[in-house]
Amino acid sequence: MSNLIKTKNLCKTYVNGEVKTNAVCGVSFEIEKGEFVAIMGPSGSGKSTLMQMLGFLDRPTEGDYFFEDRNVVGFSDDELAKIRNEEVGFIFQSFNLLPRTTVFENVELPLLYFKNRISKKETERRVFEALKAVMMEHRVYHYTNQLSGGEKQRVAIARALVNNPELVFADEPTGNLDSKSGLQVMKILQQLNDSGKTIILVTHENYTSQHAKRLLKMQDGVLVSDEVIKNRLIADGESGLIK
Amino acid sequence: MDSRLRGNDIIMRFWNPIIISYKNLMATKLRSFLTILGVVIGVASVIIIMAVGRSAQALIIDQIQGVGSNLIAVLPGASNEDGPPASVFGIAVTTLTYDDLQAIRNSRRLPEIEDGAGYVSGSVSISYRDSSVNASLTGTTASYLNVEDSEIGKGRFFTEEENLNLSRVAVLGNQVAKDVFGDGNPINQRIEIGDQNFQVIGVFEERGSSAFGAQSQDDSIFIPLKTAQKNILGINHLGFIRLKVKSPDLIDSAKAGTVTILRDRHNIKDPTKDDFSVRDQASALETITTVTNALRYFLLAIGSISLIVGGVGIMNIMLIAVSQRIREVGLRKAVGAKNEDILYQFIIESATVSFVGGVIGIIFGVLISLIIALIGQALGYEWPLLISPVSILIAVVISIGVGILFGSYPARKASKISPMEALRYE
Repeated sequence: MSNLIKTKNLCKTYVNGEVKTNAVCGVSFEIEKGEFVAIMGPSGSGKSTLMQMLGFLDRPTEGDYFFEDRNVVGFSDDELAKIRNEEVGFIFQSFNLLPRTTVFENVELPLLYFKNRISKKETERRVFEALKAVMMEHRVYHYTNQLSGGEKQRVAIARALVNNPELVFADEPTGNLDSKSGLQVMKILQQLNDSGKTIILVTHENYTSQHAKRLLKMQDGVLVSDEVIKNRLIADGESGLIK
Repeated sequence: MDSRLRGNDIIMRFWNPIIISYKNLMATKLRSFLTILGVVIGVASVIIIMAVGRSAQALIIDQIQGVGSNLIAVLPGASNEDGPPASVFGIAVTTLTYDDLQAIRNSRRLPEIEDGAGYVSGSVSISYRDSSVNASLTGTTASYLNVEDSEIGKGRFFTEEENLNLSRVAVLGNQVAKDVFGDGNPINQRIEIGDQNFQVIGVFEERGSSAFGAQSQDDSIFIPLKTAQKNILGINHLGFIRLKVKSPDLIDSAKAGTVTILRDRHNIKDPTKDDFSVRDQASALETITTVTNALRYFLLAIGSISLIVGGVGIMNIMLIAVSQRIREVGLRKAVGAKNEDILYQFIIESATVSFVGGVIGIIFGVLISLIIALIGQALGYEWPLLISPVSILIAVVISIGVGILFGSYPARKASKISPMEALRYE
């Protein structure tokens, strides 16, 4: 079976006047379909930059990035937008929901940019399915500013799922949440992984990273370790306890 | 994919950004209001200026045509078509005579001419009993009534026999009659013009003044042409001739025929040596139209400047909106919006702002034009309300155009934002 993601010597260098900063350098690894990978490191370690490159939000300055055996380094803005639109879902620390809009409008957003637009009926079916997966179907027509932080993040997860992506990126998804809501989110991510989705989780918390199956540790822009997590934590969002 | 869905696609492509921009506009009501106000003022001023300009032009042209669009004037002395004739400068030119008039009236070569009248004028003092009044004197032929479409209020106008017999009869303009006789009946009263006795035989209906050229009939006293020439002014020539043409479309051939007859009578072989000139209303109308058109376009240019100012306002607000919504742009790109999707969204948003401003501007523009017309009419002018559908269409197109033009720079800026930087932006 081929790899979902394969990177070779991935580098991102920022040039600020005379000073060159290597945010990420020489990172090579492979991720297969169905994995749950946590990328961990302190702030400034380059983990966010790595995720942005893996998530097609940014281009590497050096190296190769194969996604489903396609080298995407030379892809145009529009080609990258198409991959983000059809094959990837994003969950952010600060939710990034649109203000003054309903839950429905936020979740349907990726579908609005589909190249071949789907019918209104199909859009509704998908939005409700995604909201059901995060137990938010009772809030479909609420405005996003009426929701709690945990609810907002669940809506954001629904938005990441609505295009039925292969790969879901979660960038510090529990960072702005209380521990109970955070566990709920981790539980949903684990359930998604159980159903076959590949999850890449970026976090600086050791505790959160222990919910994944594999741990990549970053420091000073370099990959320092790559190990399988033994005794991974299983989140139980209902009780807030860990089994 | 069936074609119905494709059609939906096109509608949705525009509908979504319109809904999005509506929400964004409602979220910042005061700012949106001020932005829209700029466009409202621009569009309204363009519409008002176009309407007022057209109405004023129509008013002016109507006044000129009121003098008679089927009249030709024959003036003594040469002049080119554009400049004024010599007599305007007070130079007496004696080349035009009563016989010229009769020749034109009686010519078989000029079937277009319905009638013609000769005129001389001067300024006299009129005495009645102990009082005296200054008035302008017009000596004319009996055909005056027909040529000028005038109506006698009391009594009668003089006849051609009275003209040829140098009868001392007078017809008073309405205002002159009031000045001399007050409420009394002037008919058959004797007055003195200069030192000669005249019998008043009629009084004109009040006519009102015309805006251009002809002096008011109300302020004038009318006596037979020959009487005025021989007894009062001591001259043999005519001040000018007016010819009434059967219909306005015969004016050109009537002018040509008149010129031929007069050259023949005056033995002129070389057209540049003409000692008379023939004019009609059309050339005056053309001049006036050219001048008023120039004024209208000048005003329109000024009005357009306010529209441009409104456009700059839109650009300013859109630039602010782009930087305030940079995270939204980042998110949309993260979930798959292409650069052009973002570009369209912001352009449609600014076009929506300017379109709404345009529609409100049209409503205000029409209302204010209507009020101006009503005020004009209340002041006694025949002020028509002229708002052409074309000007409204132009206003709508221009206002949307301004939105697209001034929105495209901020929209381009937004579309170029990298999604990563936009999401990182705090």
